[in-house]
Amino acid sequence: MAIVAQTSRFSRIAWPTLAWVVGLIFFFPIFYMVLTSFKTDADAVNPDMLFSFTPTLENYANMTDNYDYWRFATNSVIVSVFATLFALVVGVPCAYAMAFNPSRATKDVLMWMLSTKMLPAAAVLYPMTFLTKNVFGLFDTHFLVILVLCLINLPIVVWMLFTYFKDIPKDIIEAGKMDGLTTWGEVKEILIPLAWGGIVSTALLTFIFCWNEAYWTVRLTTIDAATLSKLIEGNRAPEGLFFGRLSAVSTAAVGPIIVLGWFCQKQLVSGVAFGAVK
Amino acid sequence: MGSIVLKDVNKKFGETEVIPPLDLEINDGEFVVFVGPSGCGKSTLLRLIAGLEDLTGGQVNIDGKDVTEVSPAKRGLSMVFQSYALYPHMTVRKNIAFPMRMAGIDQATQDAKIDAAAKSLNLTDYLDRKPGQLSGGQRQRVAIGRAIVREPSAFLFDEPLSNLDAALRVGMRLEIMELHKKLNTTMIYVTHDQVEAMTMADKIVVLQAGVIEQVGSPLELYHKPRNKFVAGFIGSPKMNQIEGAEAAKHNAKTIGIRPEHVDVSKTEGTWKGVVGVAEHLGSDTFIHVHETGLDVGEGDLFTVRISGNIEVSHGDTVYLTPQMDKLHKFDAQGLRIE
Repeated sequence: MAIVAQTSRFSRIAWPTLAWVVGLIFFFPIFYMVLTSFKTDADAVNPDMLFSFTPTLENYANMTDNYDYWRFATNSVIVSVFATLFALVVGVPCAYAMAFNPSRATKDVLMWMLSTKMLPAAAVLYPMTFLTKNVFGLFDTHFLVILVLCLINLPIVVWMLFTYFKDIPKDIIEAGKMDGLTTWGEVKEILIPLAWGGIVSTALLTFIFCWNEAYWTVRLTTIDAATLSKLIEGNRAPEGLFFGRLSAVSTAAVGPIIVLGWFCQKQLVSGVAFGAVK
Repeated sequence: MGSIVLKDVNKKFGETEVIPPLDLEINDGEFVVFVGPSGCGKSTLLRLIAGLEDLTGGQVNIDGKDVTEVSPAKRGLSMVFQSYALYPHMTVRKNIAFPMRMAGIDQATQDAKIDAAAKSLNLTDYLDRKPGQLSGGQRQRVAIGRAIVREPSAFLFDEPLSNLDAALRVGMRLEIMELHKKLNTTMIYVTHDQVEAMTMADKIVVLQAGVIEQVGSPLELYHKPRNKFVAGFIGSPKMNQIEGAEAAKHNAKTIGIRPEHVDVSKTEGTWKGVVGVAEHLGSDTFIHVHETGLDVGEGDLFTVRISGNIEVSHGDTVYLTPQMDKLHKFDAQGLRIE
């Protein structure tokens, strides 16, 4: 009887406590950012007013008055949506080919794709800015930002889709072939419906990555295609940091993505546990 | 119509030749079973006929037409997979309708055919369920239903019963045979189970390492195995194969005698041995005899099948007498000597 392993009282209390502590440590900067966004710039740097201060909406009012938050937000939405879409349009056929018609080179190609993520972005900063600005004239265009975001996320997209597609039994695709499906038909009738959870998870994650991307969006834009990352960056005024204002802008920039993540958390987690009927 | 002719068909995966060039004729309406140990190329051969694998060389003809370059769907064949390969996101009705939808058949005809197939396969009550909500046997029936509605010139079965439990397997075996009698369509059936092969086939094709060892009716294979491999593979329990001096007496390298063709006595006989394990099946008893002094290969095991009424127990001495007219003789190459 007593041999059956019982969860000890210690582990029943200790693990959740640890989880909460870790969770709060991660959450604290976000919480503090939101808090600071309701302080005046003067209060924000006053150590005596860490938690007790008179809240103000001044920073948020300023934001729409002075910098046209909505234009940056619209740009963020446009580039993230299209970059995600293009990455999927390229990634789905690519992952399909590698999952169902693998060759001896498939593994190497996957590794090579991943290896491009190991390249330090700074290494190509000069050629990227020079070529886009002076040769192709694409600097500060939506097209450029979409292209760059799409390309830097493509390896992850292909890898994720590849693992989801791999879970689909090959027999089902072959049954489809016997039943008269064309290659496009296989993708439309079998692959997409069966891997839908995985595709949505991939899309969500890519969207989040695109939204948060700062290195290239800051450096390859000025005004026309500038995203929320650029807006945050732009609030570093030469005369010093205005923490209250900066926090308000940051909150407004990360807010949508946090809300999106909150609503889709179930999808993000369950996408990983996907499996077809054997 | 559904006659299939393979000419010089061969298949290489990279450098490995899994099927050396072979010829095979399958007549319209025949029930042909490909049987052999795992890895013998039987499934590959089926997939070559289906068009799911490309031929390295040779030609596949269906009803006199060369279909070597024709896509799987246009060959007019239906396939039933070991894993059933149902579309998990579609209901049973949609699964069965799928090939007809792909072929652009009108809705009324589709519905009529689905209803007919569902009725004959006892699936009427399950048409709106998804495959995940069905038992293994029901899933297999759906897979068969999906194959039937296409009205193919031949059915291809790739080990369709190996995922089912023993009792269900016997039932489904009968259903498939009934189906064959009813439709009279060519069926090619792949299995590693020689009992399935013997009970179902009009014609058995025994394969080993991609080579056809023998083609014939179940009884031909049983009574006149062309070589030692077929002799050992067909029949259960396995044929006893004896080499050495005892075989030389019959001017052969190897002699073979099936367990059911040996008479057992407690007093006298040709060979003497000691009873090891006795397996009582009720109707029959298999006794495994040791220390016969015969060169029966590894394990020193000689198996005899006797009627269930004879009582023998572990350690008894028994005498074995082969029925001489049932003796098989093989030469040094392992080929049958008449």
